[in-house]
Amino acid sequence: MKKLILATAAMALTASMAFAGSHSTTVRMGTEGAYPPYNFINDAGEIDGFERDVGDELCKRAGLTCEWVKNDWDSIIPNLVSGNYDTIIAGMSITAERDEVIDFTQNYILPEESAYVAASEGVDLKGGVIAAQTATIQAGYIASSGATLVEFATPEETLAAVRNGEADAVLANKEYLAPLVEESGGALIFVGDPVPLGGGVGMGLRESDDELREKFNVAITSMKADGSLNVLLIKWFGEGIQTY
Amino acid sequence: MFEYCTDPGTLSQFRWFSCFLTTGVHMSFYISFFKVLALLAITAPIALSFGFFGAMAARSPFLPLSWLGRGYIANVRGIPDIAFFLFFVIALDQAFEWARHKIKCPDWDQPIRQGADFIVCKAAKLPLGTSPEWMHESYGFFLATITFALVFGAFAASVLYGGMRAVPHAQIETAEAYGMSPRQTFWRIIVPQMWVYALPGLSNLWMVLIKATPLLFLLGIEDIVYWARELGGTKTSKFTAYPHGDWRMWYFLFLLVFYLAFTRLSEVVLEKLMTRLTHGQATSGGEAQRKATV
Repeated sequence: MKKLILATAAMALTASMAFAGSHSTTVRMGTEGAYPPYNFINDAGEIDGFERDVGDELCKRAGLTCEWVKNDWDSIIPNLVSGNYDTIIAGMSITAERDEVIDFTQNYILPEESAYVAASEGVDLKGGVIAAQTATIQAGYIASSGATLVEFATPEETLAAVRNGEADAVLANKEYLAPLVEESGGALIFVGDPVPLGGGVGMGLRESDDELREKFNVAITSMKADGSLNVLLIKWFGEGIQTY
Repeated sequence: MFEYCTDPGTLSQFRWFSCFLTTGVHMSFYISFFKVLALLAITAPIALSFGFFGAMAARSPFLPLSWLGRGYIANVRGIPDIAFFLFFVIALDQAFEWARHKIKCPDWDQPIRQGADFIVCKAAKLPLGTSPEWMHESYGFFLATITFALVFGAFAASVLYGGMRAVPHAQIETAEAYGMSPRQTFWRIIVPQMWVYALPGLSNLWMVLIKATPLLFLLGIEDIVYWARELGGTKTSKFTAYPHGDWRMWYFLFLLVFYLAFTRLSEVVLEKLMTRLTHGQATSGGEAQRKATV
């Protein structure tokens, strides 16, 4: 046992010395990994999706080494603030409330529409029970719309609530819902009018990290300028998406 | 994994499942079972030693030490596990970083707390921002182990304390009559005999520890509950070669079977251990064993 502890300690020591020696900037990118097509876990178990592609390209342009980290949506802002990773790149819409706690880069997805999905037509969207993921702009919107809000930790659970009748409808990003509605075989349908919400999606960073935010802002601008961002947008969201 | 897996849409049901259950993401799920087992294997002995020292401290004749032991037991037993888990891990992490910050960056002039941000210099970060992902995961696992060991150590201390007091007083008096010092009495008489009194409580604690492992999920470690939820969720054909509906129920059913089988196995092993410890003891169990052999 003593030997084991010693060996572990020695390993940890040499490892930390080795890493202290290298000076490359590693940026840890925090994402949720449960919101396709923005970000999700693919069959190989890796983080994939629009934001993976954009994030890797931005890091390349900014000359940074990036590493991807998964984190639950509920605690994604607290863990950024306490330094467990350096950026949030998780389909997070830019809002005034979030901006008080963290900083955002310019948006890399234009303001989108959120949509209601229900199991049948004729659902009362103004006074019924509507599901949304915790701490999202959709949850905030429902709370102020007069409907009864039920919140869930993951987007998957919001849909399950509609399927089993716990909620009348779910409000989420249209891009997330579209493939699920399409493949539900008629069990789920879009209802009501889409709602434009949020100020577009941007990367979240700590308020004290101005230098890094500038680097990403420059990289996003260059991706917008040469059209490569539009190519990725169309690849993941289809032709219907608004491009720059 | 298999050669025929290139186009899963065309496969028969059996082959489809053989491909589906061996995807890379399922491998992560299987590995997470070892994470849970490793946590148990590491935490249980540490918690037991925490418990042993806690109980020793609590019965110490030296008052401050006794207060320390009793304070540890009372505090951890009184605070809800979840509050302890969520608060303690963050506090412990920040305490480590704060200490490293003070040592490594003495000439840092900015405040550590800036609004909601907790900012220490880059060299004090734990693990370093440049460390590979496995270091971050091991560090998280290490924090979780300490937290589990502290919480379950307090319960173990309380059980062992009771076990030590349950050793028949006549045994201790006899030891003293033979001229043993309190230290000798403790190590030669009390410790070897207390286990039989402590084991029912300790085995109960082991069962609770097994059941508590899903709390790993709360600490941000990708354990079996995380993967069951992730894998069971609805998958559409756009983003996977294996689309399926909401299968979370089946994954969680599998977890249920795993935990039940594991606790049953533990029960069998602990029962054997109990029989062994009871042998030759002045307890009703030991008496029953003696009569059976006569």
